Amino acid sequence: MNKIRFNHLLGLEGLSSEVITEILDSAEAFLKVLSRPIPRVPSLRGVTVANLFFESSTRTRISFELAEKRLSADVVNFTASSSSMNKGETILDTARNIEAMKVDVVVIRHFAQGSPHFLADRVNAAVINAGDGSHEHPTQALLDIMTIRRKTGDLKGLKVLILGDIAHSRVARSNIYGLLTMGVNVKICGPSTLIPREIESMGIEVTHDLEEGLDWCDVVNVLRIQLERQNEGLIPSLREYQRSFGLTRNHLERVGGEKIIMHPGPMNRGVEIDSDVADGPGSVILSQVTHGVAVRMAVLYLISGREQSIE
Amino acid sequence: MEKLKQRIIDEQGLERTLARLAHEILEANPGTEGLALIGIRTRGVPLAERLAKLISTIENSADVPVGVLDITLYRDDYLTARKTPRVQATEIPFDIYNRNVVLIDDVLFTGRTIRAAIDAILDYGRPARIKLAVLIDRGHREMPIQGDFIGRRLVTLPGEEVRVRLREVDGKDEVVLVEMQAESSYEEDR
Repeated sequence: MNKIRFNHLLGLEGLSSEVITEILDSAEAFLKVLSRPIPRVPSLRGVTVANLFFESSTRTRISFELAEKRLSADVVNFTASSSSMNKGETILDTARNIEAMKVDVVVIRHFAQGSPHFLADRVNAAVINAGDGSHEHPTQALLDIMTIRRKTGDLKGLKVLILGDIAHSRVARSNIYGLLTMGVNVKICGPSTLIPREIESMGIEVTHDLEEGLDWCDVVNVLRIQLERQNEGLIPSLREYQRSFGLTRNHLERVGGEKIIMHPGPMNRGVEIDSDVADGPGSVILSQVTHGVAVRMAVLYLISGREQSIE
Repeated sequence: MEKLKQRIIDEQGLERTLARLAHEILEANPGTEGLALIGIRTRGVPLAERLAKLISTIENSADVPVGVLDITLYRDDYLTARKTPRVQATEIPFDIYNRNVVLIDDVLFTGRTIRAAIDAILDYGRPARIKLAVLIDRGHREMPIQGDFIGRRLVTLPGEEVRVRLREVDGKDEVVLVEMQAESSYEEDR
């Protein structure tokens, strides 16, 4: 028997490989549910989930909402534009109000790092981090790891290159924690202005040469380059960035071998990734989206049980 | 802790019981046309596979399709259960529409598992009918559900448990009645 404590999902930092494996294994069962004629199960009948999106998001919000509905939970949505945040309410007051409405699970996306942790300490509901600033985005990393595992069968010893803006990326951070826990080798690649200084102390190699990184890896996870980085002076221009770090068919052909290509979306086609790579062989970008719903169903299912110990 | 009270079926007994069940299923569905067996995890699955083999041997017919059903997501005690049950995959590799489905489980007890199984099957499509075959019916129903093909009916007391052991899962074939000696007779998934 495998005792697992799992009251909130705030990040992948510190999450054991047993818990990650449990989530991924459950997600496989939910993936099967999603391909049935009626892709809905009654497991979370009576459970109310609030989606609090203080920062705009389309894909993650829809993915969570779909996962909740596929599990038969009751769903309420608060989005930045329509919520009282615009009227000056603090996040704690918002949370207290939600609590007063007897919500069981809170899914939160917020621009401030640590806001899900802040909430988790103050409300009775289970809290799921759907992205907090540049800190963590655990369900994205879980769906990335699930996609890699489904493609390769085994994670141990695999080589994953994370390409792009590592410093500002919650996707990169959560991926690094999760992949290292699962025994995957991680290397990062990007301009030195977009790579955090402390990264090498985590046992991760850094390269500034895209083809060297590609040659080394089995999987490339291409991150979105935010257009604001140009104004902050961290990259000279998008064109310049594309010339050094944009993933093109030419790069892949020069390096050779089969690479699995991933991107968390939304993509800047022609900047960090070219269309013939994104839509080409080896791309699993749309599978990632499908797996996202299954992984979120697994997390919601496991977090909603009365005691999160698993037999 | 549990104490052995009685051995109910041994290895040869199990073979004879399964052979009879196979004949009964065939009698109700001559020619295996449209027939499909669905085993409920865990021990309903090897039972379904054995019955399917027996049926196609007796009838000298093509293989009878077998599905695997995990009812975890359809349980009515999910939010109150002490332990979060592990979800496993359901595999139904055939179209359920208009089939004569026979659900297979090891022990019929409260009937709640079968209720969940029927709901799960209906989410895959509309079968012509669903029948139920169990190795042991031990009584104490909490739902209006009964078996159609029954290996053995057993009069049991609350606090007693029927343990079905199958070589595919447990390394040997037998059915025993045990008495639970712990403070709780909570029915664990075995």
